[in-house]
Amino acid sequence: MSALVLYFQVHQPYRLRRIPFPEVGRGGGIFDDPGNARILRRVAERCYVPATALLLRLVEEGGGRFRFAISVSGTALSQMERWCPAALRGFRALAGTGAVEFLAETSHHSLAFLADPAEFRAQVALHRERVESLLGVRPRTFRNTELAFDSASARAAEEMGFDAMLAEGADHLLGWRSPHAVYRPAGCRRLRLLLRAYRLSDDVAFRFSSRGWEGWPLSAAKFSRWLRGLPGDARVVGLFMDFETLGEHQRAGTGIFEFLGRLPAEAAAGGRFRFRTPAEAAAAEGGDPEPIDAPRPVSWADFERDLSAWLGNPMQAAAHGALYVLGPEVRRAAAAGRPGLLEEWRRLTTSDHFYYMSTKWSADGDVHRYFSPWPSPHDAYLSFLNALEDLALRAGAGAAAAPAGDRAP
Amino acid sequence: MLGWEFPPRQAGGLGTACRGLARGLARNGVEVLFLVPRGEDREEARGVRLRGCDGPGESGGVLRLPVPTPLLPYLDAPPWTIRAAAASRGPHYGPGLFEEVERFTRAASDLAAREEFDLVHGHDWMTFPAAESAARERGAPLVVHFHSCEHDRSGPGADPRICAVEQGGLDAADAAICVSRFAAGRVLGHFHADPRKVRVVHNAAPDVRPRPVRRLSRRRGGPLVLFLGRVTFQKGPGFFLEAARIVARAEPRARFVVAGTGDLLPAMVERAAALGLARRVRFAGFLGPRAVARLLGEATVLAMPSVSEPFGLAAVEAAARGVPVVLSRQSGAAEVLPSSLRADSWDVEDLAGKILSVLHGPALRRRLAEAGRREARRLRWSDQAAAVRDLYEELLR
Repeated sequence: MSALVLYFQVHQPYRLRRIPFPEVGRGGGIFDDPGNARILRRVAERCYVPATALLLRLVEEGGGRFRFAISVSGTALSQMERWCPAALRGFRALAGTGAVEFLAETSHHSLAFLADPAEFRAQVALHRERVESLLGVRPRTFRNTELAFDSASARAAEEMGFDAMLAEGADHLLGWRSPHAVYRPAGCRRLRLLLRAYRLSDDVAFRFSSRGWEGWPLSAAKFSRWLRGLPGDARVVGLFMDFETLGEHQRAGTGIFEFLGRLPAEAAAGGRFRFRTPAEAAAAEGGDPEPIDAPRPVSWADFERDLSAWLGNPMQAAAHGALYVLGPEVRRAAAAGRPGLLEEWRRLTTSDHFYYMSTKWSADGDVHRYFSPWPSPHDAYLSFLNALEDLALRAGAGAAAAPAGDRAP
Repeated sequence: MLGWEFPPRQAGGLGTACRGLARGLARNGVEVLFLVPRGEDREEARGVRLRGCDGPGESGGVLRLPVPTPLLPYLDAPPWTIRAAAASRGPHYGPGLFEEVERFTRAASDLAAREEFDLVHGHDWMTFPAAESAARERGAPLVVHFHSCEHDRSGPGADPRICAVEQGGLDAADAAICVSRFAAGRVLGHFHADPRKVRVVHNAAPDVRPRPVRRLSRRRGGPLVLFLGRVTFQKGPGFFLEAARIVARAEPRARFVVAGTGDLLPAMVERAAALGLARRVRFAGFLGPRAVARLLGEATVLAMPSVSEPFGLAAVEAAARGVPVVLSRQSGAAEVLPSSLRADSWDVEDLAGKILSVLHGPALRRRLAEAGRREARRLRWSDQAAAVRDLYEELLR
């Protein structure tokens, strides 16, 4: 029996407002609240609400056999709380079934593990609290932002008490090894690593509605035949994708909901695959799995499967550096009774802001443009710096602090 | 008079100069009919309001007629939006520009045929064909005014088609006005022209009302080094950044603002990030006149490292506001601001050294501020326009 591990990522960033230079520091707010509310409600209507309802029905019909995982970033949770409680109720209902594992991640969908290990742990702890209080479940499995994985963050995850972690089954991480197995991150004792089968995952997430693709149209039956065509020693198949695949990236008209509706029955047909949550799949593997070492982070993005989409160019490196340099100042302000500043700062740590600054205008550039609210990476960068400057001014980090804190990437 | 931009809708100093000259001529008793491409509706209202004129479209004795063509002077992006495509396109002219020039020429000559005038004066190459055709129509003398030439704007990337238009304007004109001796030298060096045709009339300082200005940026402390101009090859923004790196090392409190936009902006933004100056150098984008005035109000020094600057109105405005300027030697403004500090455009070490000497020398700063104010104040549009009126009279005699 092989485990089919389905996991969906829910995330919304707090997109920034365009602050004209003369208005920086004048208290107009740094986030585009109307725009963020509009987008959240639109995605909720197309995706969160109908998709959670469908998944709930499938779980109930399956009598516990259809099981999967969801991770909801903290920024998405707070946006739903604020602008669309119905969406939040959908996820809470799924959590109540006991068949859906909710994962832990950084509260603000950040890349803090690269820049500030203490902030990384603080954000993971914060997310765990939020998931427990809003959804009523305690996460056991960790996924890092953008499915980033390296050995250091895996060790941190183990120290924080997690049993399993997810990562991209990237070719350069695995070499000759199979993505369809459970591994142990190098340096970890207990933590188990589950990998994303990127071809099969992207068949659904990216290619589902692509008419030029030889797999189109993709039915649950066809996809299940592909699953059964995997080598016999494939023990775990990780199908990891954005939750927004269900109705937003792939609109209802593409047939994505019909695909999902048929998947539980079709995939289980033949008796080879059983749906498992990540924690269950990890626990089912006995013995000491083979260690896997990742000195440099791998991610699920772009052709390179690394972090070059977020920190690959000088603007991204400079912006990320400048952001974390401001951290201590913001924490001091928060400790002195202004916790709102820390929350704003954390919303700037969200990886999307750096993704918008990417200058990779290749095949992946299309994906970048699809996701970016800015007309160009340079606009995204300058807007980010204006927001950061605005925050710095309010945090009291004046001229003296900023230049001294600036650093070359 | 034919121009292609008029404040407040403008991409550079050209519109400011045109308005100053037109108003100055009006004060000298010359009636000015100013043709500009369409899209200038906002300015009309403001011009009228500002000068309290007696009819729609009139502004301080200057009647402006919008001509229906979407011609824009520089195809810069609107305030502080950066088009990703800009970098891959030509210097600062968009597609279809030459058709626009042609359309402007037709529309302007149609209009000119219905108007009364004694002389035609065209500002910069895009108006030359229109000015030439209007002058020929009426048998009126033609004055072409070079605020810059294509060799200044684009250096080795000069567009031969534009150079041909500039040469054509020179050939057809009875007189050519250059905005500095430096600019006249460039025109005579690059084109075939009778030196007797070429006159120098410096620009004047824009009206600077000494009123208390609200600071533009909220950040206090730390001297501010300003770059004010289009972010294009001509203005040498890359030299500014290289100098900023040197200055930033020597003076950790220094901050820098690049105000302006242009085709090199994306590259400059990336360069600043790569130099580790992400938060030290702020890119303000295009700023309106009031924001510029406020920014000058808090600037410690203005650096203008233009590769080739026929005049450099921003430097004169800064001087008029008491901001010390470090000018490139390749600039016309240096002729009217003899006290300003100079460096060769490409000599970033020298440029940085002079900026630092201003930042670190309060006495020098005061002296430069006073001298700059005095020198800029001497440049009045009514005087400069009087010289232009004398030229008109000479041509009409």
